[in-house]
Amino acid sequence: MAKQRNEFWKGFWDENPTFRLMLGLCPTLAVTTSLVNGLGMGLATLAVLLGSNIAISLVRDSIPSQIRIPSFIVIIASFVTIIDLSMHAFAPVLHAALGIFVPLIVVNCIILGRAEAFASKNSVWMSVLDAIGMGLGFTVNLMVLGGLREIVGSGQLLGRPILPAGYQPSLVMILPPGAFLTLGMLMALMNLISRRLEVRRAAGRKELT
Amino acid sequence: MRELVDFSTLMTIAIGAIFINNFVLSRFLGICPFVGVSKSVESSVGMGMAVIFVMTLAGVATYYVNKVLALSGIEFLQTLSFILVIAALVQFVEMFLQKFNPALYSALGIYLPLITTNCAVLGVSLLNIKEGYNIIEVIVFSLCAAVGFALALVIMAGIRERLEITDVPRSMEGAPIAFIVAGILSLAFMGFSGMKF
Repeated sequence: MAKQRNEFWKGFWDENPTFRLMLGLCPTLAVTTSLVNGLGMGLATLAVLLGSNIAISLVRDSIPSQIRIPSFIVIIASFVTIIDLSMHAFAPVLHAALGIFVPLIVVNCIILGRAEAFASKNSVWMSVLDAIGMGLGFTVNLMVLGGLREIVGSGQLLGRPILPAGYQPSLVMILPPGAFLTLGMLMALMNLISRRLEVRRAAGRKELT
Repeated sequence: MRELVDFSTLMTIAIGAIFINNFVLSRFLGICPFVGVSKSVESSVGMGMAVIFVMTLAGVATYYVNKVLALSGIEFLQTLSFILVIAALVQFVEMFLQKFNPALYSALGIYLPLITTNCAVLGVSLLNIKEGYNIIEVIVFSLCAAVGFALALVIMAGIRERLEITDVPRSMEGAPIAFIVAGILSLAFMGFSGMKF
């Protein structure tokens, strides 16, 4: 059970796709102009990741290893098409806001990365846990980034004003430079926290001996 | 029906793709190679050239693939067929160069396979279709978008070579400072569109 718990949680911190592995950065930067967009993109990626991880782990023994990468890409592209068409039908506003980044999920390195590194070697059940953990980790990243940019850039969250009326929104945070700056700052913050934790753990070990 | 060749439109497309809507700094396409390969100017030039080459070819190839799909009424297979065409094209270019231009092949060598997963290439194909460009416009847009990508990559590599020898706070070393620099660079590129706030 400990192993399963680990497979699920690693996507949130230890192997966080955005901040640690630096995968899937294009959608991360492009669509996080608001919390809702971040959430939508995160869930769409989660759905594709879940589908492709299950499918790949089911057929992992019957794909010859020489042609595994093209096969993975075809499987992933099929799920992306399904999600793309479903979003177009059931969430047209979100679909329009995310634009070409919905079909571009197909080249999101997180998905091919998980297929190659995990689903092609592990059982279906483990792959499901891996997909949900990684997908949720990614979604949380997008929501944090989108939420921060929305608050600072427009003084609102989920379309409702939350900062005092005198606040002058700095539009630059909604515009492209804001994405780079926010991501850089968050990465630095995460490094700082990790280093502090490391120091504390080392100190704890010293006390024990 | 627009004319096939209209120079003012082509100029607008070219300037727009290189500066105003720069692929990396404003559209956020191809961020992974932008961060990954921008550590030295030399390798960034190699990557830039490989991308210019493949992206122009891919833009034209996917334009005709889309025509075929439209004829058969199966445009929903766009994503699937585009990614396969791009992967096959990269493989083909690699084999072709290896045989007929070994010097260029060894220069571009390791960067070529990386391009398959560069979302800028699939992005340019999708944008071509979305904007409804004709074939001349497709060539100009794909070429200029790739030139814009290469430009941003080389500028970034130049800055990062300098960053190597500067004293950066420890938590910011590597990727974080690279993103902050990219943000400032992106601010500078926004000047091309005229300040609107």
